[in-house]
Amino acid sequence: MFDQYNPLEDKMFQVMDQEGQIVQPQEVLALSDDEIFEAYKFMLYARTADLMSVSYQRQGRLFTLPPNLGQEAIAAAAGKQIGVQDWLVPAFREMGAWLLKGARLSDIFMYWGGYEEGSRFSEAPRFLPSTVPIASQLQHGAGIAYAMKLKKDPGIVFAFVGDGGTSQGDFHEALNFAAVWKAPLITIVQNNQFAISVPVAKQTASKNLAVKALAYGIPGIKVDGNDYLAVYSVVSKAKQYVAQGLGPVLIEALTYRRGAHTTSDDPSLYRSDDEEKLWELKDPLRRLRLYLSGKGLWQESLDHELEEEYRKTIEQEFAIYESQAPYPLENVFQYHYQDMPENLKRQLKEQQRFIKWQEVNQ
Amino acid sequence: MSVMTMVQSINNALDIALAESQDLVVYGEDVGVEGGVFRVTQGLQKKYGEERVFDTPLAESAIVGAGVGMAAAGLKPIVEIQFSGFVYPAFNQIVSHVSRLRNRSRGKYTVPMVIRMPYGGNIRALEHHSESMEALFSHIPGMTVVIPSTPYDAKGLLLSAIEYGDPVIFMEPKRIYRAIKQEVPEEKYTIPLRKAKVIQTGDHLTVVTYGALVREVLRAAMKAKEKGYSIEIIDLRTISPLDRDTVVDSVKKTGRFLLVNEGPSSFGVGAELMAVVIEDAFLHLEAPPSRLSGYDTVPPLPKGEHHYFHGPERIFYEMEKVLKF
Repeated sequence: MFDQYNPLEDKMFQVMDQEGQIVQPQEVLALSDDEIFEAYKFMLYARTADLMSVSYQRQGRLFTLPPNLGQEAIAAAAGKQIGVQDWLVPAFREMGAWLLKGARLSDIFMYWGGYEEGSRFSEAPRFLPSTVPIASQLQHGAGIAYAMKLKKDPGIVFAFVGDGGTSQGDFHEALNFAAVWKAPLITIVQNNQFAISVPVAKQTASKNLAVKALAYGIPGIKVDGNDYLAVYSVVSKAKQYVAQGLGPVLIEALTYRRGAHTTSDDPSLYRSDDEEKLWELKDPLRRLRLYLSGKGLWQESLDHELEEEYRKTIEQEFAIYESQAPYPLENVFQYHYQDMPENLKRQLKEQQRFIKWQEVNQ
Repeated sequence: MSVMTMVQSINNALDIALAESQDLVVYGEDVGVEGGVFRVTQGLQKKYGEERVFDTPLAESAIVGAGVGMAAAGLKPIVEIQFSGFVYPAFNQIVSHVSRLRNRSRGKYTVPMVIRMPYGGNIRALEHHSESMEALFSHIPGMTVVIPSTPYDAKGLLLSAIEYGDPVIFMEPKRIYRAIKQEVPEEKYTIPLRKAKVIQTGDHLTVVTYGALVREVLRAAMKAKEKGYSIEIIDLRTISPLDRDTVVDSVKKTGRFLLVNEGPSSFGVGAELMAVVIEDAFLHLEAPPSRLSGYDTVPPLPKGEHHYFHGPERIFYEMEKVLKF
């Protein structure tokens, strides 16, 4: 597959077109219609949770967060194939993969709700916390992959980054290291075409992002990131390749961030309604709906039923987050060292003394 | 005169500087089309063109590192780092090159660039959006670190930084980006770098502060006044190189010293100032010099923020400790 879709020729792997028509019948065999139906349901769940998060943020019940709208297929298709023995090294806009790795939605709400505990994900082993600095996590991915190799651990590493992240030195360094080490690392670039306001054309002079792999001597492939079946297939091939000990793979998944960069961003400053409408037609859920309704497996009422059910579950998860006890002062001081050093103990004590003074002097 | 926020007064300063010199370039992430995530550079690309006001690829190291080359070749780069928490990929450039090219080339090449960055917290933001790491930059030989506390100062200090012959880290307290509005002249004026300002005179205690905490210290001083204390307040304006004289003269008068800032306490700006006070005003001291800084911790996420960022009450509590010693 990697030879057939040489990024130098700017080819993009696709299994179904914009209208849900299969263009590569043999590839679709990888998944049964039941599995595709399940994938659709999961993406709808993830989207519902994401849209509800944005509305909770608007109500002041969560803080700044990065919406996933339009990018759900990548996280869902990759996430489905990240096993218990594999590592997930996230960026911050692949919520579906977090959930599939075992993160509880209530924990995700905790994180965007401003509690550090929301980064712990106790129920999801081999999952680093989300990282805000751009692309630096890829080096951790390379290091984990080296450790997997050295320890003869069967796990492989899935690391995420965005199109903007490919401009950072860290991106280059991480891929180069992993390539030199032939380490089991799959790097997925979610090319949503914008780094906040900066379009990908201003980010790189390369034809595409997958082509960067060639300079590291590793396979790179560009895939239609709004095509669940295509992403699933590419990730599956990458997994096979990496598991053979052949070294890392770079996947560029082309998508479109239909929402804002974060809830603090206003996309109307830098892109047109027409462009947004165009990408609405390429939406990954719409595409699967068209496919499934062609098979008689989807009708309008299904979404309503499912959404109603999902909303209830999501509200329950949100209630768990909202019922957290108030944030204790001690929490600020914890987890900096194995044991708390004197300077921190002193500062904590002084703040406690101040609180007592305040009570007396109020 | 017109009423401006700090965002507007910095925009106004950049506008004046861009009009004045064709060699001046303004760039960074999202500064062009969008006008910056805080809109500090709004409208500048439209006015001065894409060659002089532009978006770069997402790479802080290259934003700063390319600036070194531009400056050496005769341009005047004014770069924006989107948040100070994202500057670290550029740290190598700042420590190894920005601050050293004058020295390394024996004055043959200089780096008169300005590196602007919003810093500081208490804005309910994500991780890496709340830090106050001015002490890191102040520790670098050859570097000048400037922090304004009002819209008026921001404009005058930035225009001085642009005219200054050496690199300046210009840290903008984002907590008060829009919180303070003030009359600011439309025309050009400058405020000298390396010079602190006594913003309130007093007899009992010298409080040195800067940035967003100036406002909080003023509030605490009001409370102190009600209790009969007279507080002298100094706004450092330039953190490094330090204006020793203004600080020392004041402490010689009041005999008591307190530093108030936001960043981690240990090995910070407070430690340096207390050393200066002990070195130069030891025999005038009536109480140990003191500091109220942030804890030596990562600033907590929004739910814990109220525990971390000190307000006027805590500042008054510290003032009283020094006053009652």
